[in-house]
Amino acid sequence: MVETVLETSGLTMRFGGVIASDNVNFKLQARELRCLIGPNGAGKSTFFKCVTGLLKPTEGHVYMRGQEVTGWQTHQIASLGVGIKTQTPNVMDALSVHENIWLAARRFYSIVEARERADEIIERLALGAIARAQMGQLAHGERQRVELGIVAVANPWLVLLDEPAAGMSAQDVDRMTDIIHQLTRFAAVVIVEHDMQFIRSIAQTVTVFHQGAVLMEDSVENVMSDPQVRAVYLGKKA
Amino acid sequence: MSRRASQDVTITLVVSAFLIWFLPLMISTYTLTVLVIYGMLGLSLGLIWGFGGILCFGQAAFFGLGAYTYAITAINIGESTLPMILAVLVPAVFAALLGAMMFYGRLTDVYLGVITLVVTLILFKFMNSTAGPQYAIGNARLGGFNGIPGFQTLNVPGDPSAYIWGDTYFYVCALALVIVFLLVTWLLRSSFGRIAVGIRENEVRMGLMGYNVAARKTMLFAIGAAIAGLAGALFANWGEIVTPNLFSLGQSAEIIIWCIVGGLGTRFGPIVGAAGLAYLKFMLGQQSMIDNTLIMGLILVLFVLFLPRGLVPAIETLLNSIIGHKKRKPKPHRMRRARHG
Repeated sequence: MVETVLETSGLTMRFGGVIASDNVNFKLQARELRCLIGPNGAGKSTFFKCVTGLLKPTEGHVYMRGQEVTGWQTHQIASLGVGIKTQTPNVMDALSVHENIWLAARRFYSIVEARERADEIIERLALGAIARAQMGQLAHGERQRVELGIVAVANPWLVLLDEPAAGMSAQDVDRMTDIIHQLTRFAAVVIVEHDMQFIRSIAQTVTVFHQGAVLMEDSVENVMSDPQVRAVYLGKKA
Repeated sequence: MSRRASQDVTITLVVSAFLIWFLPLMISTYTLTVLVIYGMLGLSLGLIWGFGGILCFGQAAFFGLGAYTYAITAINIGESTLPMILAVLVPAVFAALLGAMMFYGRLTDVYLGVITLVVTLILFKFMNSTAGPQYAIGNARLGGFNGIPGFQTLNVPGDPSAYIWGDTYFYVCALALVIVFLLVTWLLRSSFGRIAVGIRENEVRMGLMGYNVAARKTMLFAIGAAIAGLAGALFANWGEIVTPNLFSLGQSAEIIIWCIVGGLGTRFGPIVGAAGLAYLKFMLGQQSMIDNTLIMGLILVLFVLFLPRGLVPAIETLLNSIIGHKKRKPKPHRMRRARHG
């Protein structure tokens, strides 16, 4: 039997009268790769924030590996072994690439092991040439890659990525795809994404959000060819 | 982390030994003592602000609290060892409680500044209003505006009649500063220090990595307060009186100016800023032509405009460019040849 690593039941988030997330029931299995798509304002990011502890859901429950984590703070959820990347790059600009990755590793490993793991990840992500450079001086694509390194170095079993391919060149996206495939060898990965090209190249199962609720959940091909999805997501003309 | 730890310690020891020998030849040890104490106070804010990103407008509160704790317990006990320890612990515990309230409450920087400022003002107002005989802790009357005079000053531990004063007291203070400086160096090199710098740079990211940001900021805040408290106790011993002016707004603002002028994000900067500006103020106090707060204000404005990173980083950059210039000298030659070839 495959273990369920992330589950939400009846997850609802209201902002005043607006229901941003409406009774979402979501299940994710170990080492599964899942994309969340939907038009702007569909509730993808709200769902993401409720799961990562950045927001506290109004109703409903979140479970990770069977443990209820509803209302936990972000650092508590991350401590379970969950890697999170937010929409905008969140890195330490005045520190070197190595220090950024080392800090992430240090949370779970001893000083010596953290350095070894940081070196290993830097090699795996081909960041060696910029390892001593300051984060603030790097290009957008490199920063995104380093942030994936920050997530990967902690050896998470669940990875949550909010728009990892946003604003990246085709070459960077290819690299990103590789890295994400590497991650799925050990972890379940959830990706919130807009870029259809990227989703086609990477996803197996896609969950479509619409008006805060889950519209459908199926394989990429079925989702892409579904008339309803095309109507809400791609616009009626497409 | 370019230099090795042992190298860092050696440089610190050599430089401070030289300064402790050299400076008394130029300036009286009585004045130097207070400069050293201010240096320690500057370092306390330099640590939490420069390396933890916590801008505290009320560092004077912990300084004053350390001084008052020392004075009150010294009167009651009549010996200085325990009061010195308490003068470090009381501000640290106070800061831990205040910090926990602020950091777990997820207050933003602006509110943090307001709260620390108000706490300082409350202590200032409260201490000023304790003139009556009913305000006493044990044998120590708080004395309101006049403060507390006549307490037992620093003595050799265990021997209340062996006072440490004059030149010896200067050396004790200087040694205390060196020890605190080395401890700060060690702290910043440790994982705790590196994580603190990470939090300064990006709190959200550190939270996403799984670090308990609130707990770590609270701890750093308390460490800063402990250092400020020690400086306060040393100051009480130096002045032989504590008054509510220790909590004044002017004092709080001055500590921030020391850090800006000296250089934030360096260990040495706030000490240089504190000692330098305090000495300047002392010199200016000997003339009556210009008001010295005017000069202080002018210095701050000039620094913010022309050396926004502060004195120590500016000198570092200058030295690096001189050394780098020497190394780069052969370069034009090579370039010219390349062009011909």
